[in-house]
Amino acid sequence: MASVTLSGIRKSFGATPVLHGVDVQIDDGEFVVLVGPSGCGKSTLLRMIAGLEETLDGEIRIGDRVVNRVPPKARDIAMVFQNYALYPHMTVRANMAFSMRLAGRAAAEIDARVNDAARILGLDDYLDRFPRQLSGGQRQRVAMGRAIVRDPQVFLFDEPLSNLDAKLRVQMRTEIRALHQRLRTTSIYVTHDQIEAMTMADKIVVMNAGRVEQIGAPLVLYDDPANLFVAGFIGSPAMNFLPGRLAEGGAVVLDNGGRIGVASTAAKPGQAVTVGVRPESLEIAADGLLAEIVVVEPTGADTQIYCTLAGRDVNVVSRERHGFAPGQGIRLRVAPHKALLFDADSGARIR
Amino acid sequence: MAADYLTSLPRRWVTIYIPLIVFLIVLLFPFYWMAITAFKPDAELMSATGNPFWVVQPTLMHFRKLLFDTAYPTWLWNTVLITVSSTLVSLAASVFAAYAIERLRFRGSRQVGLGIFLAYLVPPSILFIPLASMVFQLGIFDTRLALILTYPTFLIPFCTWLLMGYFRAIPYELEECALIDGATRWQILTRIILPLAVPGLISAGIFAFTLSWNEFLYALTFISASENKTVPVGVITELVEGDVYHWGALMAGALVGSLPVAVLYSFFVEHYVAGMTGAVKE
Ligand SMILES: Nc1ncnc2c1ncn2[C@@H]1O[C@H](COP(=O)(O)OP(=O)(O)O)[C@@H](O)[C@H]1O
Ligand SMILES: [Mg+2]
Repeated sequence: MASVTLSGIRKSFGATPVLHGVDVQIDDGEFVVLVGPSGCGKSTLLRMIAGLEETLDGEIRIGDRVVNRVPPKARDIAMVFQNYALYPHMTVRANMAFSMRLAGRAAAEIDARVNDAARILGLDDYLDRFPRQLSGGQRQRVAMGRAIVRDPQVFLFDEPLSNLDAKLRVQMRTEIRALHQRLRTTSIYVTHDQIEAMTMADKIVVMNAGRVEQIGAPLVLYDDPANLFVAGFIGSPAMNFLPGRLAEGGAVVLDNGGRIGVASTAAKPGQAVTVGVRPESLEIAADGLLAEIVVVEPTGADTQIYCTLAGRDVNVVSRERHGFAPGQGIRLRVAPHKALLFDADSGARIR
Repeated sequence: MAADYLTSLPRRWVTIYIPLIVFLIVLLFPFYWMAITAFKPDAELMSATGNPFWVVQPTLMHFRKLLFDTAYPTWLWNTVLITVSSTLVSLAASVFAAYAIERLRFRGSRQVGLGIFLAYLVPPSILFIPLASMVFQLGIFDTRLALILTYPTFLIPFCTWLLMGYFRAIPYELEECALIDGATRWQILTRIILPLAVPGLISAGIFAFTLSWNEFLYALTFISASENKTVPVGVITELVEGDVYHWGALMAGALVGSLPVAVLYSFFVEHYVAGMTGAVKE
């Protein structure tokens, strides 16, 4: 096991810049998720760590070693690919043994390690099958088995669950986490799915357009986003945003004249801002702002109420069961410390 | 709907069986003609009466003449030797060329790929003149080596071009995964790429084999001694004397000469068909 340190990583493909200086510190044994929209450079970063893409600008360290010029096989990493990349002409056993065969390990040791990994992953009965004879979930496990047998310093995962159906994805998510609890190998996991990131990560790195937007524990990102992008990306249903202008006395005046009290101290009166409120932070109260209900969706545990407030779509999640009907007006209120403030131009958080 | 249309029996006859039968008759009739001619005694062959589509008194005399009065066994051996050598040389060269062009992505690899394709389009009837002068200068005129070295000039472009398609169909991730697993380029080629491209190798091999087995122009121009000739050239040059066509022996020679190719095809037919449809089995 080892830490991984990325400093000042830049990357361009031809004239197209893809990464604009990425700095991330990943501690020994940590499970870190790189999350961001499609095309933001997550895979590129992971492939640079693996050594599949050249790193000309910046520095990648695994443990104490700078690995910029180290070939993939000497980096002591294992990677799980999105489409599994199982060798189709080899059995599950041969797939898992391939790297050790190449390294010239003894047959007895190879057997023992493959059997160990197969037991951990519940693949004992499938060792002599070919990948085409396995289901998606089983292939996924073989891909992980292939990584486990190598006992590497770092596991790299590139969207390993995106080819599975929703139910299996939830199950494999738990399995990968459980595996990490057990092996404690430093893991870097790439996904575009913020729920995967929230549920699996010790630490999340939110990326956007080749930059790191914020790094932190899942709930820190949820409660205390550094900017509009992170606030909007993390959380489902997404955070509500209401544009307005800061008035004297710690309140924001919305476009329709409604006022929201905020707790921020750094804000200057007159500044154009965006107020961010989580759906569950909106309370239904008689002294709140008037909104009009569009759709009511009870899910059993809670109720989602879609409405419009000051011309904006606003989403409310309420634990209580109301007899609301579309078209009806309701009044919404938010506690000042739950109303996050962002600069309308830069999107940066105003604390 | 379409399935119903095709599966009702009378319709199947109209849409599938009758066209197939017509097609088969057109394709197979020359072989049938070759076969019965090879077994007809000369008298029956020249007779203007009787049913020309059948043999009344089959004979092996043409085969006897072929085996004992001509150098046919030597031609056959030459053909085997030349075909197998040039096929192996071409396959080996094409595997490296196709892999390099498809996967090493060196500067100008696309142009090289295109160049190879264009080389394949140059007809041998133009190429044989410069090739002849090279064959002379190398001092290998009238040797089997002349053909073993010239056949790859059209086999390599063809096989390379065919294999490039197969290599392209193999996902990049497999190679990257192997790279992380610790494989060298050579190990990636031999342990991952080649096993997955077996249908392509078989297709390329069969094509190369057939093309060199039937090759006529180079064999005719670069070889003069009877003991160095191949079957197609030997049969034509030595079984046609002036305006006398030894039809029986000619056909017997053609029949025996086409057997190895037929055997090869039937042996690999399943792979071959899979290969032609481009199925890289997962
Ligand atoms: N080999 C490549 N050549 C050129 N552009 C590439 C290459 N790989 C990725 N890109 C570009 O880099 C950007 C980031 O890609 P990627 O890292 O795969 O994004 P993500 O994994 O976050 O979806 C994309 O715009 C993509 O088109
Ligand atoms: Mg990606």
